[in-house]
Amino acid sequence: MFPGERMIRQAIATNPPRFTPRVLLGAGLALLVLALPLLLPLFKVTVMTNIMIFAIVAIGLVLLTGVVGLTSFGHAAFMGVGAYTTAVLTTHYHLSPWLGLPAGLLVTGLIAWFLGVVTLRMSGHYLPLATIAWGMSLFYTFGNTPALGGFTGLTDIPPVTVLGTALTSPRQYAYLSLLCLVVVMLLTAFLLQSRVGRALRALRGGPVVAEAFGVNNFRMKVEVFMISAMYASLAGWLYAHSQRFVNPTPFSVHEGINYLFMAVVGGINYILGAVFGAALITQLREWLQDLLPKLLHAQGSFEIIVFGILVILTLQFARRGLWPLIERFLPQDRLRILPQQSAFPERAKPAPGTPLLSVRSALKQFGGLKAVNDVSFDLNAGEILGLIGPNGAGKSTMFNLITGVNPATSGQITFAGQEIGKAGAGAIHRLGLARTFQHVHLLPDLTLLENTMLGGYARAKAGMVQSMLHLERAEEAALQHEALRQLERVGLAAQAFELAGNLALGQQRILEVARALVADPTLLLLDEPAAGLRYGEKQELSALLKRLRDEGVTILIVEHDMDLVMNLVDRLVVMNYGQKLAEGTPAEIRQNGAVREAYLGVDMTEDGAA
Amino acid sequence: MSGNLLEVSDLHTRYGRVEALSGVSLSVPQGHIVSVIGANGAGKTTLMNSVMGLLPSQGTVLYGGEPMHNVPLEARVARGMCLVPERRDLFASMSVQDNLTLGAYSRRRESWKADLDDVYRRFPRLLERRTQLAGTLSGGEQQMLAIGRALMGKPKLLLLDEPSLGLAPLIVRDILLMVKHLRDDGLTVLLVEQNARASLAISDEAYVLETGAVKMSGPAAELIRNPELTASYLGG
Amino acid sequence: MQIFDPSIFPVLFADGLTNGAVYALLALALVLVFSVTRVIFIPIGEFVVFGTLTLAALQSGKVPGTLGLLLVLLGVAAIMQAFGQFRAGQSSRGLTTLVGGAVIGAVLWFAIGALAPMKLPLLLQSLITLLLVAPLGPLIYRVVYQPLQNATVLVLLIASVALHMVLSGLALVFFGPEGSRTPPFLSGDLKLGQVTVSQQSLLVILASAMLMMGLFFFFERTMIGKALRATAVNRVGARLVGISPTASGTLTFLLAALIGGVSGMLIGPSVAMGYDSGFLIGLKGFIGAIIGGLVSFPLAAGGAVLVGLIESFASFSLSAWKEVIVFTLILPVLLWRSLITKHIPEDEE
Repeated sequence: MFPGERMIRQAIATNPPRFTPRVLLGAGLALLVLALPLLLPLFKVTVMTNIMIFAIVAIGLVLLTGVVGLTSFGHAAFMGVGAYTTAVLTTHYHLSPWLGLPAGLLVTGLIAWFLGVVTLRMSGHYLPLATIAWGMSLFYTFGNTPALGGFTGLTDIPPVTVLGTALTSPRQYAYLSLLCLVVVMLLTAFLLQSRVGRALRALRGGPVVAEAFGVNNFRMKVEVFMISAMYASLAGWLYAHSQRFVNPTPFSVHEGINYLFMAVVGGINYILGAVFGAALITQLREWLQDLLPKLLHAQGSFEIIVFGILVILTLQFARRGLWPLIERFLPQDRLRILPQQSAFPERAKPAPGTPLLSVRSALKQFGGLKAVNDVSFDLNAGEILGLIGPNGAGKSTMFNLITGVNPATSGQITFAGQEIGKAGAGAIHRLGLARTFQHVHLLPDLTLLENTMLGGYARAKAGMVQSMLHLERAEEAALQHEALRQLERVGLAAQAFELAGNLALGQQRILEVARALVADPTLLLLDEPAAGLRYGEKQELSALLKRLRDEGVTILIVEHDMDLVMNLVDRLVVMNYGQKLAEGTPAEIRQNGAVREAYLGVDMTEDGAA
Repeated sequence: MSGNLLEVSDLHTRYGRVEALSGVSLSVPQGHIVSVIGANGAGKTTLMNSVMGLLPSQGTVLYGGEPMHNVPLEARVARGMCLVPERRDLFASMSVQDNLTLGAYSRRRESWKADLDDVYRRFPRLLERRTQLAGTLSGGEQQMLAIGRALMGKPKLLLLDEPSLGLAPLIVRDILLMVKHLRDDGLTVLLVEQNARASLAISDEAYVLETGAVKMSGPAAELIRNPELTASYLGG
Repeated sequence: MQIFDPSIFPVLFADGLTNGAVYALLALALVLVFSVTRVIFIPIGEFVVFGTLTLAALQSGKVPGTLGLLLVLLGVAAIMQAFGQFRAGQSSRGLTTLVGGAVIGAVLWFAIGALAPMKLPLLLQSLITLLLVAPLGPLIYRVVYQPLQNATVLVLLIASVALHMVLSGLALVFFGPEGSRTPPFLSGDLKLGQVTVSQQSLLVILASAMLMMGLFFFFERTMIGKALRATAVNRVGARLVGISPTASGTLTFLLAALIGGVSGMLIGPSVAMGYDSGFLIGLKGFIGAIIGGLVSFPLAAGGAVLVGLIESFASFSLSAWKEVIVFTLILPVLLWRSLITKHIPEDEE
């Protein structure tokens, strides 16, 4: 039996029961919410419906802002697209609201796609600025188009009909809104627990990190922006058929800013935070709109002062919002391990001794500087090659050429029989190259298991929609099992369900190795794995790398710690000033005069100093 | 004046959960060059940044006998601590002369014209290129400019972080000789280098740093002959 | 087309140039603030509003609402500063801060109270306006942005939007819902051949141009101006020569507030300004700034002038759609920027 199997069976056996305290608490709360529309006075039911509609928009912003690190001030405008689309189709063309919904989603999706494609190749702040501008122009478009009723809007929007019943009473409508909210919450939760969700979170670590696992940054960002906008569109549809009329006011940029406030104050990383924020801000608004004008003896929407101050204070003192303060007291569930249905096919490994990576006359020029100048070397399967050299010798640049982070100016790099000199990082990863990072890039709020699973991103296929519907569970199970096996292999299985952020640096580096191994690589690239480690941690890392070597893993390691490198590698390539200075076994390199000079520096004899 | 211009004792610096410096102590006597050598990742740059106040740290840093604990970076510069950082951190899109002028920012109310002439006398290359943008200079010239900019602050203590980084051997020699001349003119220097032989050759005392702690120390002339030093660089 | 009619075209052009000059000033302020502090300063428009409404209040002999706003911010800033000093164990300094803040507040209160009803000459009123509006910048920096100095651009942007909400709400509290116009500094027209241009328009263009030249001189020739540029180019480098990021931030916000206030007085005679007019005006400056990629001063200024011209011609032929046209303009601009932006992955180190 493979050593990992016992571990997996044990993990499945210790899966949390179906009805954990958290599930029971949630069920109790759900019952309470289900009863509310029947118990509350009618005007309160309307407020509750609004809160649920706003929460849907805020959840979209959590996905966009909290998870991916982008933001939008134009979500009220997307809501407007959903609302106006259904309003026009149902009033002008007398179509069913059930056609208005998909039509609105489609239009919104297209607009979001366009805005995303235009802005998301640039720095993150262009998207929010574009959403402000587009929100402004949409607002005036609504207001100035006679067919849309101008600033007075469209009236007599028909109610939504379900099974022949027109939902005209606010109490009935509250249930439709609740259903929509619950569906959105589930879709979002499913998405975040999936392969795509982990990739979305990895986007925050910067483009280099996510691309290294085969994630297409740009496409992922565009897709998540579209989904987030379509949530708002759904909310707009609900809003239009709840109010039964639409005008431009609720879809202005200022309302869009309000939705962002809900998400920020509530808790920008949490689905429940968005719901909480929507409830808090909406209730507060009701209350302040009553209180402030009396206090100030004037008419006007003074509550924005309070909201603005609340947001600034949140950013200054509790950047993750208010929900985490509540979440701390709630019971947490351990991740469930799914039963295995299928395993990923394993990559065919090249026979030991056959050429795997070959670098020929690689050159990388930055302006006038040749950071890598005419370097050639080979790496055979089953071998461990060390790439060393003094600081500034060009090792990192060489590393970036091989991983596709920064393509070479000229020269050939062949990996697994393919020319990769101009290929992107994701494509090279899919050929079987997996790497670790000099500065550890983990998702500190996720467990070791989930972090490790991210390494298998490129082995699975499910897209965003499948993930939202939980149609990728077979793949997810395979990823879980593979991740558990690799955690067992590196000796971190016991901590599989702990948060990665709680590990010491040495273990975090080992976790990165496990994550790379999940990709089933033919070549493992380690970027200074020992940097910053203490003596004991280095010993552990060294032992692990030796074990991997004995298991036949091919490794290219860039490292400064000579003790570690000399005792581990089969061969060394030494770089200096962008060029290859020497190549050979550790014993040969240690005796090499040029290498000694490069490391210890030039001799400055006194006559030179005179 | 005699005694130690800089005294560091039991300095600890952490990055989150990682301790990059664990109890480093060293002293820099007035008018000496003291070098700190060690392999990459040993904590040399962290040490410089902590002494300068760019990074928060625990322990004591005495400069001119005064504790620097509550003194912000800008005030340390005004008191004559000037760091030439590893990445040089020049103002790339500004001219050479502007870079140098800004070096005197903390002394902008004094007259610093003479110091500018002095820097140009030491680095004639910079005078030739004074209207050129700093970002267009060669690596060696950038290093000269970085040192020149620090000199414009009229330092009492010059902190040099890896001046040899990425430079060809001949240029390294020129720059280190320049540092030696500065010492001969009375400046106190704390030099961080990976290039052990070259820096030991111009230093009075030296410390060898390994994983955030001082492994060896002593007069530079003795350390350079110590076989353990070679071992710590090339592995035992 | 009608707009090319020789009797109309020059008028629209002059109008566009006038507003464009003011947008250009705002665009410059926005680029400056972003490059030095990484803050995307959405509330710049509020300063324009404060400039106009303060001058308008002084015109009618009333104490401007800006005074109240200034005193509130001064109080909050002094308390925050003192709190920090007390916590650092510098209790005597903290006390000085509190007393100093109270004294400054009281002096302002009495001085403005006495000066406002005197209906001083327009030029003196303008100076008082700047005296009231400019300090808002540094105070806001101290209260809102300084505690967020190490935050990401995204967090700073959300804070800016929140601040915009607070300031426009406070403008309603302190100035009331009515809009105002300010008197032109010059009345009468100038005939240039067949074309008649108001002297006020010329003054606005001239004043904007002079202010821009002044800024250019400040950044190119003075040590402080160079220090701000240095901070924008390399923050660590700037700190290492003794430039404190807090001081740079404070000065930058002072300049931005000053530019905003001047813009308000320049544009005041041609636009009826209400407490909530700032957002639109500020965003037009933003379109200019985005054309300059938030880094290039000349491109930003040029872009903003273009926005003014387009707006002017649009308001004549398609007046209801002018905002739509102006704000949709940003999409082709972004597309163009996206295409010229090279895809450079941030380096790992």
